[in-house]
Amino acid sequence: MSAAGLLFGPDGWGALLLKGALVTIALALTTVPFGFGGGLALAGLKLSRWRTIRALSEAYTTFFRGIPDLLALFIVYFGLQALLDHAQEALGLASRLELSAFFAGVIALSVVVAAYSGEVWVAALQTVPPGQVEAARSLGLDRKRAFFLVVLPQLGRVALPGLGNVWTVLLKDTSLISTLAVTDLLRAASEASKNTTRPILFYGAAAAIYLVFSLASGAGQAMLERRANRGIA
Amino acid sequence: MDALHGLLGFVFNAELLSQYGWRLLSGVRITAEVVLLSCSIGFVLAYPICRARMSRNPLLWGPAAAYIAVFRGTPLLCQLYLVYYGAGEVRPWLTGAGVWWFFRDAFYCCILAFSLNTAAYQAEILRGALGSVARGQREAAAALGLSPYRAARHVVWPQAFLAALRPLGNELILVIKASALAAIVTLLDLMGQTRLIFARTFDFSVYLYAALIYLAATEGIRRLWSRMERAASKHVRPVELPRAAVPARRGGMPIRSAEYMPPG
Repeated sequence: MSAAGLLFGPDGWGALLLKGALVTIALALTTVPFGFGGGLALAGLKLSRWRTIRALSEAYTTFFRGIPDLLALFIVYFGLQALLDHAQEALGLASRLELSAFFAGVIALSVVVAAYSGEVWVAALQTVPPGQVEAARSLGLDRKRAFFLVVLPQLGRVALPGLGNVWTVLLKDTSLISTLAVTDLLRAASEASKNTTRPILFYGAAAAIYLVFSLASGAGQAMLERRANRGIA
Repeated sequence: MDALHGLLGFVFNAELLSQYGWRLLSGVRITAEVVLLSCSIGFVLAYPICRARMSRNPLLWGPAAAYIAVFRGTPLLCQLYLVYYGAGEVRPWLTGAGVWWFFRDAFYCCILAFSLNTAAYQAEILRGALGSVARGQREAAAALGLSPYRAARHVVWPQAFLAALRPLGNELILVIKASALAAIVTLLDLMGQTRLIFARTFDFSVYLYAALIYLAATEGIRRLWSRMERAASKHVRPVELPRAAVPARRGGMPIRSAEYMPPG
């Protein structure tokens, strides 16, 4: 069959690839709130007054940034499953508690992304002068409001380039989830190429789709940065 | 007491190490080979790509920019599959060209994919470093009558090298981390051996051992690089004041360690 027929024909694999591409996007987007939010929380811990908390949060970052992402995903994935097995035993449940591979993947990616984005948030937090919080507090805002109404809005602009980098890493790291039985874009390409023995065509197509995502992310990031820097630079 | 014993057994398993320790060690050797070969080949490829990317001739910078965008914009795993499985599809052709022995071997496929990938990143690092050298430096060198080669050798490169040092160290760490993907195409590197041991023993702690080994390597390189950078930048660093002269910072946020590397 011709390449076009294999991709777009009635029995073509284009639909599977497209579905996989949507799963890839869904994985990345679902990870963002947990990963970036977790990173912000981690940054808060790193700037804590207590030395133990600072040391623990530094250890977390060092560990997850120092080991291969693939290994981190395996550790979180199998570690979670082991925890669930213990929980099942402890609760005396008959059936095995199982996590859907998609959400296990999201949790694993979030753990890694939190470590990466935490560094970005720390750097951003340090650009906000302490006087901002002091002024907000003296105006009667409580700590929570001072953070959400005064500090956080100023963080976005500074953190944007770094978070954009983490997003592109995340987008590519979703491909690792294909090894955990989630049919994302890369796994869809694997299935198609195993069934047709045309790996160059299908991995090439997958690479092209990833490239489109990356280029679009780059353009989107540039737009956001322009928007965030209005009136400043 | 039982819980403590259980925890110790979880973290440190002497039996596992004595039986499978040699496997982990041989995995470390393969990982080291893959990383060193890919990084060196990548570095050699990076320079011409960087020069092509910086050229004003669209026939040169166009392909170079496309190369960089493709290898940085797609997952390394996808690139690895393209090389490893793609070679099988064009096997008759590769056999005809006399290079099938190369593509048959997962080790060489990994080296090829990782080298091409890191070359794209290293080319961008070199471009950034060369771009960071102020224009006036070249102009001054030219005005002093230095030949282009001498200007590059004595003026531009020493400064660019300093700017490239840290990102190149980061890239080395990234290649070490990325090399774990070799396990997915059946190579028995550190990650591959770890997966194999786990499949035989279902002992989760082997993943933690592997993590510690990777961590020791990446942390070691990070610290080594920090030292190298300090040594290489002695002449451009501001004079360090004695401790007492620096006003102590009280309360509030701790100052971030200057040694910390930015992500990416």
